[in-house]
Amino acid sequence: MTFFSMIGFTAPWLLVGLFALPLLWILLRAVPPAPIRRVFPGVALLLGLNDETVQADRTPWWLLLLRALVMAGLIIGLAGPIVNPAPKGQNLSKLLVVLEGSWADASDWEAQQLAALEVVQQSGNQGRPVAFLQLTAPQKDLVFSAASEAARAIKAAEPNAWLPKRNWQGQFDSLGDFDTHWLASPIDWPGRDRLVRDLLRRGSVEVAMSRSSPIGLLPVRAAAQGIEISAVRMTAGQAQGVVVDILGLDPSGVERRLQSAETGFSAQDLRATTTVDLPLEMRNRISRLVVAGHKSAAAVRLTDDRIQRPEIAILTGETSDREGLILFAPDHYLTQALSPVADLIDGTLDDVLLANPDAIILADVAKVASKEALADWVAEGGTLLRFAGPRLAAAQFEAQTRDPLLPVKLRAGGRTVGGAMSWGAPKTLQSFEIDTPFYGLPVPDEVTVTAQVLAEPGPDLASHVIARLSDGTPLVTRRQLGQGQVVLFHVTANTEWSNLPISGLFVSMLERLSVIGSAANFEPESLAGSTWQLVQQMDGAGELRRVGDRAGIAGAELAQAAISAQTPAGLYQGQDRRWARNILSEDSQLTPARWPDEVRLLGQDQARSHRLGAWFLALALCLLIADVVASLWLSGRLRGGVLAAVTGALLTSISPENALAQMSQDRAIAASRAVVLAYVETQDARQDEISRAGLLGLSQALFQRTSIEPAPPMGLSLALDELSFFPFLYWPITLGQQALSSEELSKLNRYLKGGGMILFDTRDSDIARVGQTTKEGRVLQQLASGLNLPPLAPIAPDHVLTRSFYLLQDFPGRYPRGGIWVEAPQNSGVQVEGMPFRNLNDGVTPVVIGGNDWAAAWAVDEAGEPLLPVGRGMAGERQREIALRFGVNLIMHVLTGNYKSDQVHVPELLKRLGE
Amino acid sequence: MNSNPPLNAAFELASDWPQLLAEAQQLAQSFSLGGHGRRRAGPGDVFWQFRPAQAGDALRAIDWRRSARADEQFVRENEWQAAQAVQFWIDNSAAMQFSSQGESKQHRAAMIALALAILLNQAGERIGTSDGRLPPQTGRAQISALAQALARQASHDFGAPQIEGLTANSLAVFASDFFGDLAALRDTVTRAAGQQVKGVLLMVLDPQELHFPFQGRTLFESMAGSLRHESQKADDLRQPYFEALKERKAQVANLAQSLGWQFFMHSTDQPATGALLDLYHALEYRR
Repeated sequence: MTFFSMIGFTAPWLLVGLFALPLLWILLRAVPPAPIRRVFPGVALLLGLNDETVQADRTPWWLLLLRALVMAGLIIGLAGPIVNPAPKGQNLSKLLVVLEGSWADASDWEAQQLAALEVVQQSGNQGRPVAFLQLTAPQKDLVFSAASEAARAIKAAEPNAWLPKRNWQGQFDSLGDFDTHWLASPIDWPGRDRLVRDLLRRGSVEVAMSRSSPIGLLPVRAAAQGIEISAVRMTAGQAQGVVVDILGLDPSGVERRLQSAETGFSAQDLRATTTVDLPLEMRNRISRLVVAGHKSAAAVRLTDDRIQRPEIAILTGETSDREGLILFAPDHYLTQALSPVADLIDGTLDDVLLANPDAIILADVAKVASKEALADWVAEGGTLLRFAGPRLAAAQFEAQTRDPLLPVKLRAGGRTVGGAMSWGAPKTLQSFEIDTPFYGLPVPDEVTVTAQVLAEPGPDLASHVIARLSDGTPLVTRRQLGQGQVVLFHVTANTEWSNLPISGLFVSMLERLSVIGSAANFEPESLAGSTWQLVQQMDGAGELRRVGDRAGIAGAELAQAAISAQTPAGLYQGQDRRWARNILSEDSQLTPARWPDEVRLLGQDQARSHRLGAWFLALALCLLIADVVASLWLSGRLRGGVLAAVTGALLTSISPENALAQMSQDRAIAASRAVVLAYVETQDARQDEISRAGLLGLSQALFQRTSIEPAPPMGLSLALDELSFFPFLYWPITLGQQALSSEELSKLNRYLKGGGMILFDTRDSDIARVGQTTKEGRVLQQLASGLNLPPLAPIAPDHVLTRSFYLLQDFPGRYPRGGIWVEAPQNSGVQVEGMPFRNLNDGVTPVVIGGNDWAAAWAVDEAGEPLLPVGRGMAGERQREIALRFGVNLIMHVLTGNYKSDQVHVPELLKRLGE
Repeated sequence: MNSNPPLNAAFELASDWPQLLAEAQQLAQSFSLGGHGRRRAGPGDVFWQFRPAQAGDALRAIDWRRSARADEQFVRENEWQAAQAVQFWIDNSAAMQFSSQGESKQHRAAMIALALAILLNQAGERIGTSDGRLPPQTGRAQISALAQALARQASHDFGAPQIEGLTANSLAVFASDFFGDLAALRDTVTRAAGQQVKGVLLMVLDPQELHFPFQGRTLFESMAGSLRHESQKADDLRQPYFEALKERKAQVANLAQSLGWQFFMHSTDQPATGALLDLYHALEYRR
């Protein structure tokens, strides 16, 4: 492949014009630049004077060269050169555009979408029927149709957090022959080979590979002092550093970055592991881990109870009489069972309560010292686990009342079965009933019970029993107390009464009672009989979204199921546990995809063809300008002023910082000379124009109707402009919004703290519904996450915004109905009888958030006429008027604060309301 | 454009001279009059001296108030105030209509001349033009007529003084750029001096003529187009031009000096008062 075969021309015959260049050379050479004619009376003195140097009456060679280059640039530019021209003369067969749309695509999804759109566009230009297939999307019938249909589908597609489904057998049978353009993610997935072969049978397949190299997070393990993080990558070859952000909830329930961990792949390794030291307190707060800078569901690791180590306190009755007999100690087996999975706390009950453990175990304690404190602790969500024993059996309970720290009323004395002095064999366990937490646990035959404490029969006894012996007497009883629970094992915690504590079942039971966080993890045995419901689903980019009610999934089934559309990655809620299902498992590998030889492989960059015509024309234009300057200079027309202007312009373009500084100073003066409404410039020029026109319309309305006389509005760049001159910022949220840098964030926070107001407009209230977040809404959430915003609330009907200038009930923009959010009132205020407004003496809300697209309703053109249609007919005009009134109220609120909130005005307002 | 030259000229005159007059009056008002008597006794209004009465003095000529303070009789004499004729020639050739910025040379020269005429008129002198079209007279009407005469424009390229109407023993003010034929100038001025006329030569130049700010390939043309000169590189001409201009100035100044006249230079980008002051004082000592 030579250089020239990489360049094609749309109009190659125009290049013939290049042969005319020598002609131009000769022509220009013959004609020197014309002299400038000047009328000058002093010519009388000039007569007889001669030039010192005689210059040839010819165009200088470099000017000739310049002009020849201009012409050459024009000719080549118009001939339309293209680098990597698309091969011509292809067949017009049908084209299937395939996007995988898995998590591996999420990092460069926009690029993939654009590439797909380009392919579709080209096919559309050639008149080929196109179909679009996203491999992770729900199955639909493939239809080859016009390019616009496919383009629409591509624009709407989003990456999902699972891999494509495996089985495509027979999907393409009825479609005839077609070619395929496959925009592939870099990784391999099961079933891909077969799909490729199926497609190859239909026609040619070309594959554009994404260049991204995904990184995934493997399961997090709890380590002795913290957690162990492992990451995996697709290709080895060079060392690579990775930063993992550990996110979790802070005490106020807001998700924050707890810590950042750095790990690194050495050159040959595909895996990297690092251990992060985290205090237990922090570790228990972790909600997820994210590889910084990688937007993919695999780079996000949700955590659940598995990495948490609960704190458990074990208290026993007096053990002085049994000192030395470890195996008989009431807590020996508990300690053995719990110490690997939990942090045990020693101490007296009072000390222990201060530490606020997750569970307190009382092993054969009859008399609890500080009952009230313990009951309070349970009611706040603690789990109190009690074991019976000789002391509890011997305790005397009041006849009528139940001890609140026992789930059921106990009969004094207990009983012994199958012992040396009794009839009958030791009792075994009944299998667990369906609505108990132990349902599904296998009951081993060898577990027997020889003694127990008995519950006083009563009408509500059965509802508190969660495990029974074979004769139906309760083995474990439970009662909810506030948000916590009190559980009583009717046997001892040692082997005195039963061998339950030394069986595997005992650990499983503790796990099900969520006394221990299920460090024994989600094994099929422990999942048997449980039901899980998806509460938060991960999307392809690793963002969590709340989902509506989903059907529950059996635990065993869920454990087997791969991550798919039916069982997506995300957080599942069990009875009292959460289960995070992630993309990668312990032994996952990211394998690069390999393609069969029949497939035509394109690098994504290579595939794109560049049109160079515009560049050549621009070059020709620049040279032309140079030619003008040079000609002026030659003929003496380039006088001081022109020269200064030209060099000034050149210098300005060379040193933009100076020009910027100068400009910003001019702007600062303009902005501080009068009230100036400002808008934040977006990536979208059209939106900027609407914002400007909108604020211009609002400024005009303010000028005409109020004593505020604003200067023309300004657009602001957050990075460059000083904000403090502007009392009010209008910020339309667009999808292209870049994340804010820390300087911009601190600038904005300073602005808000200093009394500025920002009106965020998501412009989506035509499609936004309660409980749903639009794309713009998500962008806004991301933006606002870094801002110090007070709590927000939907605007109250008596908020000062409703009456700061006009009396308003709603706040329409181009969309009539969307509500707005403002700072929540600090003190809710009490409504006085007869007064229509509460006395909310709060300040100016720093933000107003809504989606009614106000700027579009306010926008006027240069002549002051409305720019965009609002609503329909007179109702629409009325809506525009109300929108303007909202704007007036808003600016009034910004500039006068809660002046109108003052009760002084109430009588007058009342009178007017009455009219 | 020149379909009806006399009519056009009349229009231009009508449009230009009242403004010229107004400007000249403003210029003259900025000027305070000094004494300008003849410095000897004679007919006039202003007191000159007391002298002892001699035989033959009329009885009414004796100043009795002065005589009462002494034993002798005194006669009060007034200063002799003879009206002097001042005649103007302002070059109205095409070259004088050149202006690179602001007013033309002719406009400036005429304005200075008119202001001078106003001042002289106030002092009782007679003013007129040297070409005989406007004989010297006093009075406001004469100022107005002079303004009209000075605003007239000719179409030939360069001019020489016209002295057809020059009266003997008068004063003359010749204002021009003196770019024309030097021999003709020498001839006329010498002839004027022969008639016992003293005067002033005022050289009025445009800033472009003084600084020659030209570059590159240039074709220079005179105002009426009778002369042209092409230069490939005007920058190189600058120094020779300066030399030529200096020489021309020296020639004119020498001419003036040799005849007892005075020579002044004026550039149109300078305020007119300077030139007016020069001329006024020059004339004052001549009268």
